[in-house]
Amino acid sequence: MSDPLSALAGARYAGLATIEEAGLQGMITLRGDLSSKTLQKAVKAATGAAVPQTRRIAVSDTGAVAWMSPDELLLLVPYAEVVDKTAALTDALSGDHALAVNISDARAVFTLSGAGAREVLGKICPVDFDVSAFKPGDFRRTRMAQVAAAFWLDEAETFHIVCFRSVAQYVFNLLMASAHPQSKVGVY
Amino acid sequence: MRSPPNAPAGAGGSSNDPSPNPICRRLLEKVRSMSTRLANQGRLIDRSKPIEFTFNGTRMTGYAGDTLASALLANDQLLVGRSFKYHRPRGLVASGAEEPNALVGLGTGDRFEPNQRATTTELFSGLSAQSQNHWPSLEFDVGVVNNKLARFLPAGFYYKMFIHPRPFWKHIYEPIIRKSAGLGQAPDQELKDADTYEHFYFFCDVLVVGGGVAGLQAALVAAKSGAKVLVLEQNAHWGGRAPVDGGMIDGDYPEAWVEQALAELTAMENVTLRNRCMGAGVYDHGYALGYERLTDHAPGQGGPRHRMWRIRAKQIVTATGAIERPLSFAGNDVPGVMLASAMRDYVVNWGTAPGKRVVVATNNDDAYRTALTLHEAGIEVVRLLDTRETGGGALMAEAREKGIRVECGRGIAKVKDGKCVTKVAICAQNGQGGAQEEVEADAVAMSGGWSPVVHLWSHCGGKLIWDDAQAHFRPDPERPPLGADGTGFVVAAGSANGPLELGHVLADAAEAGAKAAKAAGFEAEAKPATGAAQDEAPMQPVWLMPARAEIDLRMKAWLDFQNDVKVSDVQLAAREGFESVEHTKRYTTLGMATDQGKLSNINGLAILADSLGSEIPQVGTTTFRPPYHPISMGAIGGEARGEIFQPLRKTPMHDWHEANGADWEPVGHWRRPYAFVRAGESVKEAVSREILNTRQNVGLLDASTLGKLIVKGPDAGRFLDMMYTNMMSTLKVGKCRYGLMCSENGFLSDDGVVARIDEDTWLCHTTTGGADRIHAHMEEWLQTEWWDWKVYVANVTEQLAQVAVVGPKARMLLEKLNAEAGGGMDVSKEALPFMEWKDGEIGGFTCRAYRISFSGELSYEIAVPASQGQAFWDALMTAGEEFGVMPYGTECLHVMRAEKGFIMIGDETDGTVIPQDLGLNWAISKKKEDFIGKRAQERSHMVDPDRWQLVGLETLDGSVLPDGAYALGNGVNANGQKNTIGRVTSTYHSPTLGKGIAMGLVRHGPKRMGEVIEFPGTDGTTYKAKIVDPIFYDKEGEKQNV
Repeated sequence: MSDPLSALAGARYAGLATIEEAGLQGMITLRGDLSSKTLQKAVKAATGAAVPQTRRIAVSDTGAVAWMSPDELLLLVPYAEVVDKTAALTDALSGDHALAVNISDARAVFTLSGAGAREVLGKICPVDFDVSAFKPGDFRRTRMAQVAAAFWLDEAETFHIVCFRSVAQYVFNLLMASAHPQSKVGVY
Repeated sequence: MRSPPNAPAGAGGSSNDPSPNPICRRLLEKVRSMSTRLANQGRLIDRSKPIEFTFNGTRMTGYAGDTLASALLANDQLLVGRSFKYHRPRGLVASGAEEPNALVGLGTGDRFEPNQRATTTELFSGLSAQSQNHWPSLEFDVGVVNNKLARFLPAGFYYKMFIHPRPFWKHIYEPIIRKSAGLGQAPDQELKDADTYEHFYFFCDVLVVGGGVAGLQAALVAAKSGAKVLVLEQNAHWGGRAPVDGGMIDGDYPEAWVEQALAELTAMENVTLRNRCMGAGVYDHGYALGYERLTDHAPGQGGPRHRMWRIRAKQIVTATGAIERPLSFAGNDVPGVMLASAMRDYVVNWGTAPGKRVVVATNNDDAYRTALTLHEAGIEVVRLLDTRETGGGALMAEAREKGIRVECGRGIAKVKDGKCVTKVAICAQNGQGGAQEEVEADAVAMSGGWSPVVHLWSHCGGKLIWDDAQAHFRPDPERPPLGADGTGFVVAAGSANGPLELGHVLADAAEAGAKAAKAAGFEAEAKPATGAAQDEAPMQPVWLMPARAEIDLRMKAWLDFQNDVKVSDVQLAAREGFESVEHTKRYTTLGMATDQGKLSNINGLAILADSLGSEIPQVGTTTFRPPYHPISMGAIGGEARGEIFQPLRKTPMHDWHEANGADWEPVGHWRRPYAFVRAGESVKEAVSREILNTRQNVGLLDASTLGKLIVKGPDAGRFLDMMYTNMMSTLKVGKCRYGLMCSENGFLSDDGVVARIDEDTWLCHTTTGGADRIHAHMEEWLQTEWWDWKVYVANVTEQLAQVAVVGPKARMLLEKLNAEAGGGMDVSKEALPFMEWKDGEIGGFTCRAYRISFSGELSYEIAVPASQGQAFWDALMTAGEEFGVMPYGTECLHVMRAEKGFIMIGDETDGTVIPQDLGLNWAISKKKEDFIGKRAQERSHMVDPDRWQLVGLETLDGSVLPDGAYALGNGVNANGQKNTIGRVTSTYHSPTLGKGIAMGLVRHGPKRMGEVIEFPGTDGTTYKAKIVDPIFYDKEGEKQNV
């Protein structure tokens, strides 16, 4: 094995907000019955976090779990452990109808931080980014201009954005255009 | 050189003088003295900041705060354009968005934009404007000959005249008409817009459109309830007309009240105010568009030029004001004839006026304000003609007191034709136009009453009622646009709702603000500011001036200034049977210009109603459609331009391909290398080289784009048996099977190799373009039809980089990699036979290897994690050097599969082809009770033996058949066209075989082996081809199974 490479090798841009490609992140798509005790236990074991509420993300010291749909979660784990954790989940859920897939390499991850972050996303995602409407711990699957994307906001007001790996460059360019220093909207 | 506004009178008579007409020239010389701006007027201009600009190449000067329109007026440029059809000289009519005439081309080169309204263009230093629709010049225009022929160019003329002979329309009439008609020039197609644009999504409780006193009042009430409020104002300045129209609000001048209201709103955290941002459209469910012009007034400041606000509001308040209507009298289009309110605006806001001897004509009290304003500014009001026999109220008294000559029951018979106003004939309004007096004047102010701007109310279905007293349509509060819950989501406020008097406007706006806030879930109280204005006498509807004007006057009485529609045209349309207002609009082009009938709509339909002997409410209005006012294409496109015009999907090896000569082919949003072109080589030569090398040595294909769907669950086998035509549930773990998917109608939709991973899990390969579509297809069936089946699908396409290692030396290459890594997966024929797969390591890379072949050669498709894709590719290239490894592109793939007779989705299929047409019966299970498409394939036309079927085609001379060519049969069809019996679906030169090969669908094809059929090419040649077996290469399939 050679060293795994993320899509954009840590590309960075600072404008109205700071955009950084965050490197490789272990990610597991888990589909199953979210109310199942077995599943909840397995999720906790894999990530240290509990199954979150609708459109929320639950974060622990070792991982996180995001709500993707009524029967789908996105588990975040360290990249180096993702293969083992996927296998462990599959084992733990072998008696249930469930599907755990490592999709770490199918994605690119960006962080977006700074005062203008809400406005930068507000130009390309049909989401209400008012501080009272989108809070830390909120998670959203949506559209980012012409591609699918998901993101959550952490306690430090940093957005974590997930998109498909093939469109990493498009998303980075899109965020750069939205963060153009002279394009401040001035509403958030 | 033009003289600056403050230069002495008459300075700089130049060759650019607008008129060869001596009378007009003399008058213009007189008017030129007007170019000194009016003292004590011009509240919006800053006389300490002169601004230079050019109009048709002539340098002019205005002030900061000017619009292009006010600056042109201050530079005596009355003539601003030519009309669409008759090329008549046209001047400013209005002062805002409703202006029909003053359209200019703005900017140059990659910043040129046609059809910009001078009235909504803020002046900036270096602005360059060109008038439109004139040739060779604005002052002397050959198209004006149409004007002389106006009698012969009535409504519907083009429809009637140029319909026969038919072919003449396309080749002769249309090109000539298009050249002589039209407004602005389209920007140069070779140039790209130099500016950037963006969208912005915004959510609020109450959206207030309009920042006049009504909008501000509604916003104050709504904001005080705690609702999140967004206020949009299309102009740079807040307050709308109120500061010009006067009156008192809360005992203060309107301007002071506006300032205070703005300060109050600005201080509130729940309020967002945007000026230069037009509410462009209202759509379903409280969706609205705002069109913000960020840098139009200050180009070069950087950042996006326009921003499209995409707003979701719980409630929308339309405080969009009202627009004054013109009066329909002969010569009402002569430059210098202007709406009375606009003339007042030019004086008060910008300290300029179109003349110094003005006739005012009105059917209501408001125009008296113009007369008083002009008088105050030292401009002579020659006459005030009031159509009402008893005249007006308090304002009339004030006018008379000031010595203005008011004549009641009078109107304008006609304004003398020309490039500027010289003479005005006065007559009795209630007559036929016999002039009783002719006065010299250089401008006319007209007022036909006011129409609420109901556009945004109407965009999403709000209905109107006719208000007899005001003679206008206003929003019917009982029938607003309805939201998802069946209740109204738009509230009209202020004069947009009908009230025109200041106090009523404020009270209505406060009510509207409260109503919207309450509907959005807040407790609101309508506490209006008190407005005081003079009492007004009732207006009198006047649709034609004089009321019984003769035809020669009606033929010069314009309704639609931009599209040259006159009173006589609408009357003609009515006589010819165009009773519906929508039909009349299209026949006469009334209201179809870029101003969308903002001035002409009500006047036009009143004439129509009169001609039909009907009432205005029965005739109704045409449909109001967004946007309210034209918006830029750039704003609609938003950020999507240049590199981010469209997402470009890249595989992990994309950059390597780019660096190694890839000639790209778009496949969906992906780019795939068509071929890797070496220096000195043509693309065609590269393809041949890649094919021969792959057949003789070893080639690498980046197959990462192929769709990869994991299907898992206790019901997965059963589910796949429904998805595919063949049996997938019986596939053994570790094995692969080629499968076909059909639509419900039986047509072939996708294909690919399916691998069984474990008891419950399958991996389905799709075509590159099919990955997302087939994933959605599977989810749709699972979520809507078989929701109780236990199956999960995950799309892992991008998780994996997949490389096809193809050719007789493929195994040697992999074995060498393993040897270098000190061991790895056994890739021998015995350990990994054809159509099986295995997990393991190759060359130290964790992978899954499939023995599948789309080329007919020994072939491995190897999937590694995407993050290792490039490293794996590099390892293969390095280790493969001694075996002559070369990357190959999609064209090589296509040719090799055609040599093998493998079909390609999209070539052999086009949505009308079933697997049976392609000889794929072997892949259609006869044992299965059902699969998607099964029943459709049993329909009579699907089992028709006459369906065209797949065969190979070989030209007799070895040449390449043209793609898509049709084979001719005997006779002709009902349309007299030659009968066809087949067509070419794939055609290539095969370097392996040294000749052209093709596949095609031919009637009774498989039964006609050896027959020669003819394909006429588009080059005049007829190609003769023999029907052969579609497998041209290695019929037994020995090479792939080694």
